[in-house]
Amino acid sequence: MRLKTVTKYARGAGFIAYALFLGISFLKGFEPGKKVGLNLGYFSLGMLKLLPIAFVLIGLFEVWVKKETVEKYFGTKSGLKGHVGGILLAGTTVGGLYVAFPVAYSLYSKGADIGVIFTYIAASAICRVPMTIFEASFMGIKFSIIRLLFSIPLVIFSSMLLGKYLTGRNYRIKDGE
Amino acid sequence: MYYLYIFVLIAVIVSFFADRSKTYRAIKVAFRKFIKILPAFASMLILVSIVLALLPNSVILHFLGGSNMFEGVILASSIGSITLMPGFIAFPLCGILLSKGVTYTVLSAFTTTLMMVGFVTFPIEKKYFGLRVAIIRNVASLIIAIIVAVMTGIFYGEIFA
Repeated sequence: MRLKTVTKYARGAGFIAYALFLGISFLKGFEPGKKVGLNLGYFSLGMLKLLPIAFVLIGLFEVWVKKETVEKYFGTKSGLKGHVGGILLAGTTVGGLYVAFPVAYSLYSKGADIGVIFTYIAASAICRVPMTIFEASFMGIKFSIIRLLFSIPLVIFSSMLLGKYLTGRNYRIKDGE
Repeated sequence: MYYLYIFVLIAVIVSFFADRSKTYRAIKVAFRKFIKILPAFASMLILVSIVLALLPNSVILHFLGGSNMFEGVILASSIGSITLMPGFIAFPLCGILLSKGVTYTVLSAFTTTLMMVGFVTFPIEKKYFGLRVAIIRNVASLIIAIIVAVMTGIFYGEIFA
């Protein structure tokens, strides 16, 4: 049997065992089991209040903002404008760092500034719009604003430093092979 | 929280009047993403419901909150650096921990390192940037995460209050 099938069955069995455990706990009045069940209900309700809303916002964002447009306008600009462009481009990234690395290489091969590329990498970790929507939904908008307000200048500053240090030192970004 | 509802409602209405078919597509995208994440979500909720029923709040707060913020931040940023978890799972989890009394400071250290520092993705990163630059980037990210966590703590009155 392939590993994927095994994990699928294991997961299914886990679900069933969990459901049975909850059912029996409530029937027999097993306190710890009831507590697990109440936890599940409580957490699920909290999620259901926020999840659909957050996903609708993400859907709107994906439909209205095109990554290619941002890339065309900002991808290879330099200076502070380039860094701002890097952050905007990162905002449209879906997925984590591992998605950003290949994009970084493609920016590099298009002649983007090294510092801007590192800003893009960091920003694609912390400034992704869909993820920030999620964060603000669950942690409050204040949390997201504080985080962005302090991390973005730090990211730009450290990327500029790193870019300065590497430029002219014959540094190359490779295509991951 | 009501602001969020109002904001989304307005966004949908504006989008609807600007372009109907795009709005339908957005709803479709939202629904597809929601369905796709659901199994992972259910697993997370099941796991968390068990773990939090077994662990008394006092134990969680002892490690991640309240009195010893310094230890909490160090522990949270270590966990955040090592684990690989999509934001779609991490933030709801943090929301639950928040309701259990874990501080914003500690959760900030956890989420920022989770996103920026990649222990698991390091081998891939090395192939793109080279060993030295990959190390520099990750260390710089860890420092940034800790600074951001401290600032979060100050703004929420959890540090120096």
